[in-house]
Amino acid sequence: MTKILILFAHPALEKSRVQAALLPAIKGMQGVTLHDLYEVYPDLNIDVRHEQSLLLQHDIILFQHPFYWYSAPAIIKQWQDLVLEHGWAYGSTGTALRGKRIGNVITAGGQESSYGKDGWNHHSVEDFLLPFKQTASLCNMQYIPPYIIYGTLRFTPSLIQEEVVAYRRMLEELRDGNSLTQ
Amino acid sequence: MIYLAAAVIFIPLARKLGLGSVLGYLLAGMVIGPSMLGFIGQEGQDIMHFAEFGVVMMLFLIGLELEPALLWNMRAPILGLGGLQVLITTTVITAGALLLGQPLNASLALGMTLSLSSTAIVLQSLKEKGILSSSAGQSSFSVLLFQDIAVIPMLAIFPLLAGVSSTHTKGHTLRDDLPAWGQTLVVLGAVVLIIVAGRYLIKPLLRIVARARVRELFTAFALLLVVSISVLMSLVGLSPALGAFLGGVVLANSEYRHELESDVEPFKGLLLGLFFMAVGASIDFKLVLSIPWVIIGLVVALMALKAIILLTLGKVFRISLEQNLLFGVALSQVGEFAFVLLSFTNQYNILPQATVSIMTAVVAISMAFTPLLMMLYERIIQPRFNVADKNTRQPDEIQLQEKHPVIIAGFGRFGNIVGRFLRVNGIKATILDLDSDRVDALQNLGVKVYYGDASRHDLLEAAGAADAKIIIVAMDTVEQTLEVVKVVRKHFPHLQMLVKAENIPDTYELMDLGVLHIYRETLDTSLRMGADALNMLGIRAYHAHRIASTFRKQEDKALKGLSAIRNDKKLYINTVKERIEELEKLMANDKVTRWNSPAQGWDESSLINEANEDQ
Repeated sequence: MTKILILFAHPALEKSRVQAALLPAIKGMQGVTLHDLYEVYPDLNIDVRHEQSLLLQHDIILFQHPFYWYSAPAIIKQWQDLVLEHGWAYGSTGTALRGKRIGNVITAGGQESSYGKDGWNHHSVEDFLLPFKQTASLCNMQYIPPYIIYGTLRFTPSLIQEEVVAYRRMLEELRDGNSLTQ
Repeated sequence: MIYLAAAVIFIPLARKLGLGSVLGYLLAGMVIGPSMLGFIGQEGQDIMHFAEFGVVMMLFLIGLELEPALLWNMRAPILGLGGLQVLITTTVITAGALLLGQPLNASLALGMTLSLSSTAIVLQSLKEKGILSSSAGQSSFSVLLFQDIAVIPMLAIFPLLAGVSSTHTKGHTLRDDLPAWGQTLVVLGAVVLIIVAGRYLIKPLLRIVARARVRELFTAFALLLVVSISVLMSLVGLSPALGAFLGGVVLANSEYRHELESDVEPFKGLLLGLFFMAVGASIDFKLVLSIPWVIIGLVVALMALKAIILLTLGKVFRISLEQNLLFGVALSQVGEFAFVLLSFTNQYNILPQATVSIMTAVVAISMAFTPLLMMLYERIIQPRFNVADKNTRQPDEIQLQEKHPVIIAGFGRFGNIVGRFLRVNGIKATILDLDSDRVDALQNLGVKVYYGDASRHDLLEAAGAADAKIIIVAMDTVEQTLEVVKVVRKHFPHLQMLVKAENIPDTYELMDLGVLHIYRETLDTSLRMGADALNMLGIRAYHAHRIASTFRKQEDKALKGLSAIRNDKKLYINTVKERIEELEKLMANDKVTRWNSPAQGWDESSLINEANEDQ
């Protein structure tokens, strides 16, 4: 069974609707470790050794976060800057993460149609995630396509519930090894 | 009174002329001495004996600043440099005296006497100029230390030089009637006694005295300590200065070091001044004027000879040229022990009275020249080296004084944490505390804490306040804190003050004193507790963290605003009431985040509204 680590980042979950609903649904799932970064490090003082050992214990790493200004909330960047050390994650001796898979799980306010050449965001979410893709490549990891929940600004409670079920199913497939994103 | 008046007149004068206080004292002595104004007559000699105690105290203080480990590190320069200097100079001068037609025993006596330099003048001058820890200063110190030790065998050799049976000489030391091995035993016993007593008797005694919290008592005890060591040493026929030095070294590790230092310091200064004046007064101008060329010639020849030997030795010991010149100049005079030794030679009939008088004048003049020479060195030689100085100057080998960038005044619960935090980050701090029990306890744990009242400016001085950057004031009571703040503001305005406050009134008082960095001891902890409580009630940790931080900033801001109006009771109370109402209103709105407006960026409600309107 593949082990999944979810690095969750939401600076104001008390104001969130979709992420707040996704979270309890995946809590306690077998083979899935939920790591709530803002809750564990409210002062952004990340414990690098702990994070690295968590990474070593898992096969798939997912950043789960809202899409803020075409990127992730600040703590994800802080996490990358500190945890992905030279000589450990990359560089001539940095092979600790070799072969692991990594990706993003994103909730975006805008509709899917707004992300594209003709939309008002002019680029796809995948395009905006280029830094994540290249980071994975530099760390000898395989970048898996992002799982994106579009249009959350207009979600009704029943729509949110559908997304929760779908997300859970996706994680199960990923865990059990019959996902499309392999 | 005459002495004091002369000192008060001449010292500022000498300082103003840039001559240094040593020369000032010497000049004052000359003027009031029997040769010029004649205010003081033959009692000059007695004063000299009394004032030699200043030298004893100075060595005690030097000992205090030298930890045994440092002393051990200096063994090479002390034995090598010092030993060679004494040996070579003695030989050369003896040969010179022989050539001048003196008999062998007299030549030897002169050689030994004149090889010594003046601990009092050199150390005082170097210290005043703040170059005691330079390599020249360290070398000078080593040589002087060895000379002080060398006086002991010299005193023992002199009776032998006399050639007459020495039994009729002064019989007032304990060891005179003993056989040779017994004498050695007594001397060793005295040294061991000082070390053991220093360790196991003096320290507990100091603790008891300190606990009485009477400042005068501590001073009295410090003086008693120095006097008893001197008496003991004289009793066994050792140099009191050496004994005092030893006592100082033994107590150098003690937590009361700074306190002892600042207590003995003023006495030392006064007595040393007296000593210098006595030296000045002892110059017999009539004699000098009767045979001026002989005396001047002797002085110049002697000083040149000593300086050349020192320079050669400095070269061998790889002192840089600039430092070596200072080293040579500093130690070229003949020392105060020469007076003692000369009077001995007279007693033992080694030298005739006439020679002794001439030599006394020579010695005194050479001492008087030293500060002048050092001034010349400073004005003429040193500037030429200043460019090269930066590149070639050797790192200071030993810091005679503790010089840390941070001073912590008060090492209770609060200062303790600050100190530990700085220490794990490699920042060294000089720690002062007033609670002798706590100081003991910390000492036992291996933490270096000095007992002392940080509101005394001399103690702060000894703790290196002149060179420190930051002082952390964390005294046990508000009164003490305010005292320290006032003293620091007055005497060390360059120091950045970080001050602990207990409550809001303290904070106001500190603000009034112009303190910029005030830390209320309970504020951060209370807010951390509050944030944790919120978190346990289900509020996200990051949110709780942020609102606690915002709350603290608001509190600081509000306090500054309130401080301005606090003397107007009515206005103050009204404003405080308003603030409380304001805060309650915000809470009642169930929108605690309203006063935490920066978090708006993560609030999507306006975006959601807009998106739904578009539909």
